[in-house]
Amino acid sequence: MKFRIDRDELADAVAWTARSLPNRPSVPVLAGLLIETAADGLSLSGFDYETSAQATVSAEVADEGRALISGRLLADICRSLPHKSVEVTQDGTKVTVVCGTARFSLATLPVEDYPTLPDMPTASGSVRAEEFSRAVAQAVSAAGRDDMLPLLTGVRMEIEGSTISMMATDRFRASLRELSWVPERSDASAHALVPARVLAETAKALTAGSEVSVALSSTGSGDGLIGFEGVAGTGSRRTTTRLLEGEFPRVRQLFQAESQTIVWLETEALVESVKRVSLVAERNTPVRLRFTEGQVVLEAGSGDEAQASESVEARVDGPDISIGFNHQYLLDGLSAIGLPSVHMAFTAHTRPAALAGAPETGADPELDFRYLLMPVRLQG
Amino acid sequence: MSAGPMSTATILHVDMDAFYASVVVRDRPELQGTAVIVGGGHRGVVLSASYQARKFGVHSAMPMMRARRLCPHATVIAPDFSQFGAVSAAVMETFRGITPRVEVMSLDEAFLDVAGAWRRLGSPVTIAEQLRARIADEQGITCSVGIAATTHVAKLASRRAKPDGVIVVPPDQVTSFLHPLDLEELWGVGDKTAASLHRFGLRTIGDIAHTPTTILCRALGAALGASLHDLAWGGGRATVVTRRGPEEPDRSIGSDETFSRDTDDPTVVRRELLRLSTKVAGRLRAARVVGRTVVLKVRFADFTTITRSRTLRDPTDIAVEIHGTAAELFGALGLQRARIRLVGVRVEGLRPTESAHRQLMLGARACGWSEAERAVDVALRRFGTTAVRPASLLAPER
Repeated sequence: MKFRIDRDELADAVAWTARSLPNRPSVPVLAGLLIETAADGLSLSGFDYETSAQATVSAEVADEGRALISGRLLADICRSLPHKSVEVTQDGTKVTVVCGTARFSLATLPVEDYPTLPDMPTASGSVRAEEFSRAVAQAVSAAGRDDMLPLLTGVRMEIEGSTISMMATDRFRASLRELSWVPERSDASAHALVPARVLAETAKALTAGSEVSVALSSTGSGDGLIGFEGVAGTGSRRTTTRLLEGEFPRVRQLFQAESQTIVWLETEALVESVKRVSLVAERNTPVRLRFTEGQVVLEAGSGDEAQASESVEARVDGPDISIGFNHQYLLDGLSAIGLPSVHMAFTAHTRPAALAGAPETGADPELDFRYLLMPVRLQG
Repeated sequence: MSAGPMSTATILHVDMDAFYASVVVRDRPELQGTAVIVGGGHRGVVLSASYQARKFGVHSAMPMMRARRLCPHATVIAPDFSQFGAVSAAVMETFRGITPRVEVMSLDEAFLDVAGAWRRLGSPVTIAEQLRARIADEQGITCSVGIAATTHVAKLASRRAKPDGVIVVPPDQVTSFLHPLDLEELWGVGDKTAASLHRFGLRTIGDIAHTPTTILCRALGAALGASLHDLAWGGGRATVVTRRGPEEPDRSIGSDETFSRDTDDPTVVRRELLRLSTKVAGRLRAARVVGRTVVLKVRFADFTTITRSRTLRDPTDIAVEIHGTAAELFGALGLQRARIRLVGVRVEGLRPTESAHRQLMLGARACGWSEAERAVDVALRRFGTTAVRPASLLAPER
């Protein structure tokens, strides 16, 4: 194997692929990054049996071949190379990387032991890359992070015609994001449970091109797989990941709640205030919000230790309400809103609060993203 | 006021000598000077043994059958906990007459900080002797006292002082006192830790002290390694936390049960865990505390004992949650027909219920197990302890 390639193209593709390599590989070869030459370029692959990442990039290939080398090391090297073209040569069990006068000789891993990457399923449709990335970031805001409950670490994607709905919940809050896409078939109908962490990273990493194609394999039981593909530079980027299995909670129906008190606040002002006040809140202790005419008073901390309070201007329609929230959960929701004003709807201090963004105070909320947050019951 | 070189050694560790056995002998003078073992029936363990019985190798926590074999002529007496409790309470009151800063560790031991009593009652040694004389006089039992600047050294000193003695370890003699001792004496060194330290050729506390912390941390983990090194140089807690009993908040509430016959039936074990969890949860609610860490203890037929714990997201006093966690911990052991002698459930990290908030769950009912179990408490108070209980505990097993 021998090729010459642009330094930035290589570094970008290697970094993109190495991102998904396991930190503690179950078998040593999985720490490797597979380099394969094609007629007009290379493909770089990483795999951990759950998630695969593959980048293609154009290169001048002098000699065909394939080699497996330590992905982390290669990524570190590529990031630090000078801005000159890079020449990579395989010689027996060594791979040599030469860039300017810098020269690295790397040991190879046994390429014949490397598992076969799953095939990319056929494309189901495509979505605008920027919007997809934004939507995913919002949807994963309520996803669980507790590996003891793997089902809740997923985002449920529901495809109905030209709409994709994404929802997540960790039992304490829930998110629902809807976005339009261009399906291959107008009567498309499918659902999948995608690991939230992989989905978030993938969507963020595919914003170089304008579109992302989404490919969902057999949605029934068994080895479900979802693939995402986008373009970057002179090549493509694709990721596949295994779907999670299980009956996801019915998140959508949770959002049907009615409301008694409706509040509009300036999103940024509330975020800043919650951050400040919750400095004195110990882990898992709530920030308390008291909504009255024209304002909300935020409080955190206990009498024995530190206490903090702050008031923020608000438009409050309906009866006064006092309610407590886990401050991190509240911040997760507020930070995901992405609009100047936040619209909050309450029924009671033991019932969930519904958050949505609005363009300005008093305006109807934009319901493409909604966040439902269960309060903390305050004692005493 | 005298302030000698030992002016900072003001922590007393007072430990009753063979407490249960001493109390029993006190009430039955004919047993004075004979081998006495206090413990449960023939499946129980030795709770306490008189020094005459200890000469034959009997020690507490030993299975009763073994103790009887070692010392067949000993008088075995079933424990009377109400009697022990009464004596203990009286002893602790005596302590509190000397200083309010009393940290009760169990029925028969406590830490006292006598720094504030110096002017009134004299030096710590004087106080220790007064204390011992009063307890011998009022309760008819003896105790031993260790005096040092830290709780850890004081405890080791009282052990050395046994029986019926006092040992003072002034700050400048801490290392010469500690270093020759076997490392097993250190707090936090159990059989496993001792074995791994022995593999490094370490035998005494001095050996630990002169081993670089980095090596200890590598061998034992960062927390334990650093803590042992600190203790080996006389470190550790130098304050006494006022506490009226071993189960006051910040400690734990738990309950154990030895099966009448060893069992390998997971259903039986889970049912027992439910019974223990119900009991523990009731005690938590009665004490108005909640805890976040659930600890499962399992002792096998061969007496090896393991504990597994899980820290919950929110503190709890709900039997269903405690049992759920304990049962999960039990399931995670993956036991294959292992014969089990005893199981225990314990809740740790306790704090007052008023200070605990509860994150509500989406889709959950407004009234849940917490309300249901509190309603059961009310019913039990009115109609007796067997009025309401989980259906799976209705089986006539005891």
